[in-house]
Amino acid sequence: MAKITLFVNEKDHILDIPPDTPLLYALRNNLKLNAPKYGCGIERCGSCMVLLDHEAMPSCMRPCSSLTQTKITTLEGLGNPTNLAPIQIAFIEEQAAQCGYCLNGMIISAKALLDKNPDPNDAEIRVALQRVLCRCGTHSRIIKAVKRAAEKMNERIING
Amino acid sequence: MKRKTFLKQTGSLLLSFNLFPLSISHFDSGENNGSETSLGDPNEIDSWLRLNSEGIVTLFTGKMELGQGIRTALKQIAAEELEVDIKRINIVIADTEQTPNEHYTVGSASIESSGMAIRQAAAEARSLLLEQASQNLQIPIHDLRVKDGVVHFIKDPNIKISYWKLLRGKTLEGQITGKAPCKDPSTYQLVGTSIPRDDIVGMVTGQPSYVHDIRLPGMLHARVVRPPSYEAELQSFPDTKIRTMDGVIKIIKNGSFLAVVAQEEYTAIKAWNMLRKESAWDVKKLIPLQTNLFDDMLNYNGEQQIVEEKNGKLEELKHQHEAIYKRPYHMHGSIGPSCALAKWESGRLTVWTHSQGVYPLRKSLASLLNIPEQRIHVIGVPGAGCYGHNGADDVAADAALIAYNLPDKAVRVQWMREDEHMWEPYGSAMAIKIKASINGNGKITTWHTDLWSDTHSTRPGGQAAHLLLSQYIAPKINRKKGDISGGASRNAIPLYHIPSMKVISHDYQGPLRTSALRSLGAYANIFALESFIDELAMLTQQDPLNFRVDHLRDPRALEVLHVIEAKTAWGKRPKQQNIGFGVAFAQYKNHAAYFAVVAEITIDSANKAFKVKKLTGVIDAGQTINIDGLKNQTEGGMIQSASWSLFEQVNYSEKGITSNTWESYPIMRFTDAPEIEVHVINRPTEKPLGAGEAAQGPTVAAIANAIFAVTGTRIRDLPLSAEKINW
Repeated sequence: MAKITLFVNEKDHILDIPPDTPLLYALRNNLKLNAPKYGCGIERCGSCMVLLDHEAMPSCMRPCSSLTQTKITTLEGLGNPTNLAPIQIAFIEEQAAQCGYCLNGMIISAKALLDKNPDPNDAEIRVALQRVLCRCGTHSRIIKAVKRAAEKMNERIING
Repeated sequence: MKRKTFLKQTGSLLLSFNLFPLSISHFDSGENNGSETSLGDPNEIDSWLRLNSEGIVTLFTGKMELGQGIRTALKQIAAEELEVDIKRINIVIADTEQTPNEHYTVGSASIESSGMAIRQAAAEARSLLLEQASQNLQIPIHDLRVKDGVVHFIKDPNIKISYWKLLRGKTLEGQITGKAPCKDPSTYQLVGTSIPRDDIVGMVTGQPSYVHDIRLPGMLHARVVRPPSYEAELQSFPDTKIRTMDGVIKIIKNGSFLAVVAQEEYTAIKAWNMLRKESAWDVKKLIPLQTNLFDDMLNYNGEQQIVEEKNGKLEELKHQHEAIYKRPYHMHGSIGPSCALAKWESGRLTVWTHSQGVYPLRKSLASLLNIPEQRIHVIGVPGAGCYGHNGADDVAADAALIAYNLPDKAVRVQWMREDEHMWEPYGSAMAIKIKASINGNGKITTWHTDLWSDTHSTRPGGQAAHLLLSQYIAPKINRKKGDISGGASRNAIPLYHIPSMKVISHDYQGPLRTSALRSLGAYANIFALESFIDELAMLTQQDPLNFRVDHLRDPRALEVLHVIEAKTAWGKRPKQQNIGFGVAFAQYKNHAAYFAVVAEITIDSANKAFKVKKLTGVIDAGQTINIDGLKNQTEGGMIQSASWSLFEQVNYSEKGITSNTWESYPIMRFTDAPEIEVHVINRPTEKPLGAGEAAQGPTVAAIANAIFAVTGTRIRDLPLSAEKINW
C-alpha cells in the first residue's frame, strides 16, 4: 500500500492503494465512480474510457502510480443529471442507448474528438469511436448523437 | 413471505443505495393499511400496480429490463389506461419478494404478457375508482371523465375528486375480472407515441445503473478460476502462495470449483491470474474438432421431430433445387461480463442479479444449496445487454455458493472477459438442408427442410444442474437427459403458400455448451429459408421481391413487403457493377412481428472487399406501444445480426475455446456499421406483437442475397466473409 494522489474531476484525491492498481479499480472502488466500466481488462473494448489530459484513454491497465501528474476526467466530470453537458443532452435527445453499458466509452471518446475537431464528418466520428464496442447495435444513433453534440457545442460557442 | 414482513426486514437495506430509487417509501402507506394478499397472485390488481394517497402509482413486473426499454413501455401502458401523468409512475422490476412470477424475460413476449396484464390491471383499477367517484359525487359513471387521476363531471369540471383522495390512505384492492373495459385505442394519447426512456439520463452521467455498480457495506470481491476446457478436474493449485497473499480473505474449493475472495477487487484479479497460470487440471479433449463439426452434425444419429407435414396434389415439376446452409456457434458477447452479488446472513440468502428469470434462479439456487426457496431473495438489477441466456445465472450461482461459505459477508463476483467468452452458453451451430420444386407457372409446389441443431434452451429453469458450477462441485449435479428444450425449429416452416411441405428437426448434441441466443433457431432457419427463396427466384428468373409477394396471402406480410418496395424504390434500384441489393422477409415465430429488410452492399473487386452500406427495414408489431423504442430495438437487431453474419464464429481446438478475447472473436466496430433506416407500420387496433428479435433472421439473408446479386457468389455457410466470394 502507498499513498497516491490523483487529480480526478478537478479535485485531488489521496488514495491508500497498491501503486500498481490500474486506474479503473481506483476510480470505481475507491472513488465510487460508476461511469468507467470493466469490459475486457486489456484495452480492447473501450468500456473503461476516461480523459487523460483531454485524450480518451482506457483506464483498465494504466497503474495509478503513472498518473499522479495527469488530469483525469470521468464521465461524471462532464456533467450531472441536474447540470448536463451538451454532449450528454445530445445522447439523451437521440435516445442513443439500449443497455447503455458502452455509453461511457462512447461519450468520453466523442468529447475528446469534439474538443479537437468541433465539426467532424461521419468518417471522423467513426474513427474516433472505433475502439469502443457496442453489442446492442446502437451505432447509428450514437453517430447521430455525436453530430447533434457538435451542433450544440458550436451553438454554445457562437452564442458565447 | 408476506410483503409486510419483507419490508420490515430488508427495507433499510434496499434504501441504502440509490439503484432502487423507488421501492418501499412509495408504497408504505398502502402497506400500513394492510393488504395481506400473498405475493404474486396474478388475479389481484395489487400484484401489478398500486396507487397511494400521495398520488404515486407503482407498477410491478416480473420482466427484466435488458436495455429494451420495457420499463418505459409498461409505464406508458399503465399511464394510458389509468389516465394519469406518466411522471406519477414508478416501476419495480423482477424481484422475488415484490413482483409477480413471470418466469423468464424471453421470446420478445414482455409486452404481450406483462404489458397486457398491467393494461388489464390498470383498466380494473380505473373502473373501480370511477365507481367510487360516481358514488362520492353522485354522478353516473358515463358523465365522468379522468384527467391525470382527477375524476370530474363532464358538464362542470369543478365537480371533481382525485383517485388519491378516493383512496383515503387505503390501497386499492380488487380482483382482475377481465370485465373492466380497456380504453378504445382511437383515444390513446400515450400509447403509440415516442416517450423517451428516463433511464438514459443516469447512463450518460454515470449514476448507478447496473448490478455492477452496487456497493454493499464491507463487500468482498471474488473471482472464479475456470478450467481450461469443459470437462476437467482440478489436480492442484498454489494454495499456500495465494492464501498468504496480502488482502486474500479465502480460497473456496469444492470439487473442481475454485474461487478466490479478497478485500480489494484488484487483489482478487491478481490471485485469479496466478491461480489460472499455476493450477493443474486433468482436461478431456473436445471432439469433434471444428473442421469436422458439420460432418459430425449431418451424420449424427439423434432424435427426429416432424415439425410440419402437409401433402397437396402432385403437379408437374419444372425445376428442382437443393441447398445446404450452415451457421457456426455464436456468442452473446455482452460488453460487460456477468456480475452478481450475494449475502448469506441469519439463514437467509440475498442475491442481486441481471438474470432474465429471478424466480427460476431462486428455485435453482434453493436446489443447489439445499435451502428452502422462501429463504432466498433474488433481486433483478439490469446488467449489460445479454440477448439471451449468457453468464448471468451462472455468476449468480457462483456468488451464492461463495457467500454461503462466508456468512454475514456481502460478496461481489464479476466474470473476467475470458470467462464470459469461454463459458457463456453459445447460440448453437446449425445446418439446414432444403429441397423444393417449382411448377411451369414459376410457383413453389413442394418444400422439404431437414435441420440439425443442438438445444437452444438450457436455462436453469429451477434446476441446479443447469448452473455452470454444478458440473464442477462435488458431487457433480448431472443433467437428466431429455430435460432440455427446443427452439431449433423456430421459423423453419415457410410462411409462403406451398401445397406440399415437410419440415424435420434433427437433434444434435455437439461439443460446445449452448442455450438461448436472441431468436434461437430463427436466425439460421430464416437465413436458410430466405436465401433459398432468393435462389428459387433467380433460378426461375423472377424478381425476388415479387416472387415472395406471389407466394404470400397474409395481408400484413404483403404490406411490409410493399412498404419496403416503396421506401427503397426497389423497382428502380440502380444496376451498377459495384452495388448489390438483397431483400428478405419473415414473421417472427410465424405469429409475432412482421419484418422485411433490404440490404445494400458495395464491393471493391480490386481489393476483394465488400461493405454493408445500408440496411432498410419495415416492421409491423401490431399495436406499437413506443414507436421510437420499437425502432431502437429493430435498428439494434439489424446491426447485431449484421455483426454475427459478417464477422463472428466461436473457434475452438481440442484444448478448448480459442475465441477468448475481442481479438479472437471480433464483432462489428464503427467503421463497418451500416447506415440504418427503420419504418414502423403501427396498427393501434391490433394486439401488440413481440418484436425484439424480429430482425435477426431476415437481416442475414438480405445481406447474403445482396452479395449474390452483385458478385454471383452464393455464400451458404456463415460468416459471410469476403474470402468466400468468387472474385
